[in-house]
Amino acid sequence: MSITVIYTVATLSVIGTSAAVILYFVARKFKVYEDPRIDEVEESLPAANCGGCGYAGCRAFAEACVKAKDLNDLNCPVGGNETMAKVADILGLEAVKKDARVAFIRCSGTCEHRPKTNIYDGATTCAIAASVYSGETDCQWGCLGYGDCYDACDFDAIELRADLGVPKIIDDKCVACGACVEACPKDLIELRKKFPKDRKVVVACRNQDKGGVARKACAVACIGCSKCEKECKFDAITIENNLAFIDSDKCKLCRKCVPVCPTNAIIEENFPLRKIKVEEKEECSTAK
Amino acid sequence: MLKTFKKGGVHPPENKLSAGKSIEVLPLPASVFIPVAQHIGAPATPVVNRGDTVKVGQVIAKSSSFVSTNIHSSVSGKVKKVDFQADSSGYPKQGIFIDVAGDEWIEEIDRSEELKKEFDLSGEEVVKKIQDAGIVGLGGATFPTHVKLVPPKGMKADVLLINGVECEPYLTSDHRLMLEKTDEILVGTQLLMKALNVEKAVIGIENNKPDAIQLLTEKSKEYQGISVVALKVKYPQGGEKQLIKAVTGREVPSGGLPIAVGAVVSNVGTAFAVYQAVQKNKPLFERVVTITGKAVENPSNFLVRIGTPTAALVEAAGGLPEDTGKVISGGPMMGRAIASLDVPVTKGTSGILLIKKEESKRTGYIACIRCSRCVSVCPMGLEPYLLMTLSEKQIFDRAEEDKIMDCVECGSCSYTCPSNRPLLDYIRFGKGKVGQIIRSRKK
Repeated sequence: MSITVIYTVATLSVIGTSAAVILYFVARKFKVYEDPRIDEVEESLPAANCGGCGYAGCRAFAEACVKAKDLNDLNCPVGGNETMAKVADILGLEAVKKDARVAFIRCSGTCEHRPKTNIYDGATTCAIAASVYSGETDCQWGCLGYGDCYDACDFDAIELRADLGVPKIIDDKCVACGACVEACPKDLIELRKKFPKDRKVVVACRNQDKGGVARKACAVACIGCSKCEKECKFDAITIENNLAFIDSDKCKLCRKCVPVCPTNAIIEENFPLRKIKVEEKEECSTAK
Repeated sequence: MLKTFKKGGVHPPENKLSAGKSIEVLPLPASVFIPVAQHIGAPATPVVNRGDTVKVGQVIAKSSSFVSTNIHSSVSGKVKKVDFQADSSGYPKQGIFIDVAGDEWIEEIDRSEELKKEFDLSGEEVVKKIQDAGIVGLGGATFPTHVKLVPPKGMKADVLLINGVECEPYLTSDHRLMLEKTDEILVGTQLLMKALNVEKAVIGIENNKPDAIQLLTEKSKEYQGISVVALKVKYPQGGEKQLIKAVTGREVPSGGLPIAVGAVVSNVGTAFAVYQAVQKNKPLFERVVTITGKAVENPSNFLVRIGTPTAALVEAAGGLPEDTGKVISGGPMMGRAIASLDVPVTKGTSGILLIKKEESKRTGYIACIRCSRCVSVCPMGLEPYLLMTLSEKQIFDRAEEDKIMDCVECGSCSYTCPSNRPLLDYIRFGKGKVGQIIRSRKK
């Protein structure tokens, strides 16, 4: 019996050793060199795999970073400048600082401002609703409210507001990955520059109809009157197709455009309350 | 044993309320809005300006490419403006607004009621006249008729099918036309046969219209090569591919046109329009529209000028019933709800259907229970439950492999689903996306 054991052990050892030798040479022969820095870079990334950088996940972005000669066109919106500094450090490249961005839904056509004129009871996704008709109100540009952006968001940064009829973006959670921008069939969502304290001055409207038509459909529609354009000293506002647009990269948050807007289409958020100037009236001098 | 198509099909309640009402002429509206895109293909280009005076039958928008048609004025009067107005989907479409003044027709049109049987024209001349008259398929698909009559190279039609099926519930416009304009339809059919150079034409009519079958069978004896076939009632027999299968037994291959099996299909309404265009020089500017619904006071069939607002039609039928939930342009199966009563009647409007509130409401849907009813009723042999899921999850390559483009959007799947799932909504969306992908690949 003992001899059987010895034979068994011996044969198995020989097979094992020869397999190991073969595997060693095969592994040497077919070895794929992978830059160790890819792993390092990947580790420094947030591992959100959101695709906000334009690549298919964090690994693909890490590979692109390692291959790139400079980091001008590469940015991880989730990690921001901090992460990109780390990446630059690993790769020995110069870090490029980029403004943080935040998504914003350019429609304030809530139920109160935008009366319903018809009813839709088909499949409740914005993509389908937009492909068959223009919306439950007279504004064909505005938010449909079925929440395709909400479904697309991986970061719980969008809240559906049944009371408003238009979803709201939670700035603290938004990482500007752009998934909602892609998802919105009405092209309402824009990635804007993130200002300190989440302050913003935005034309919250996409209505490109003529003033009268726009106004009829929604009380807070932009009518393209260009008053804000004239008021802006920084050339941040442009009017195109009856619609004003504030370029967040040029805007200095002076807020001068807000009060001149006749329809309150420009909104300001997270600012301290304005000081109300009490104009001193000249006294009536008729009674003497 | 009556003929019908093999795969699938459903039997919705027929509700042909207006079948006994003869066609009446709707009074002229005060103003019309004539869209420039009333057909499949490129929109026509407006050739009139604000302030121009137009006559009935005058070309107001010219066809811009081969797959496109001319648009003619349906009224006489002054062009108010060339502008945009919301169509049935709510999105604005370009069109011509005309204020009606009098009823002056262009001189070329022969307005006599007299039947003109004889014609001495070549096939090309007939096609030319059809093209100039702006005729499109009046069954609802609005595909330009002249394009159908010129088969692609290497293909030849051997049979013309005239579609008198009218399988959509409620609609009766084709039925009435067959009863009242029988000879005109038969002459129109002969003209189409001449244009296609075929010896044989078959008129397919569903068995729920025995009077039309009898009348046409009798009269068709006077015309060479035309026969009438009675078909078993089944929706969607009026679909081009289903009708070909039912009448000839041929099956159009996946992704192919009817001409691939040597058949061309035209609606009875189209045959009538062809008669008027060729024999009477009358372009397509009016059509028969059914206005119906269970709560409608007076469901009827009207001869309506293109561009007439839906509101005028509703008014003529006794006004909008109080508990109307939806106004549908077309039939209940394939028609679409319109967002406003300002939407005009176009070349493709076969009916206006008013549905009561409680009937119109779509309730929520629940999970698919894998009963496969949608599969068994699909006339194209597709798997609607699968196509819906693929569209929902946006897996468009699989959807294309599973032949989503073969869907004829008849709605039998949604109609039959016990879980009330919006199958067609999703499939239509997926079809649109897959279509985009295919087009971008060709570029």
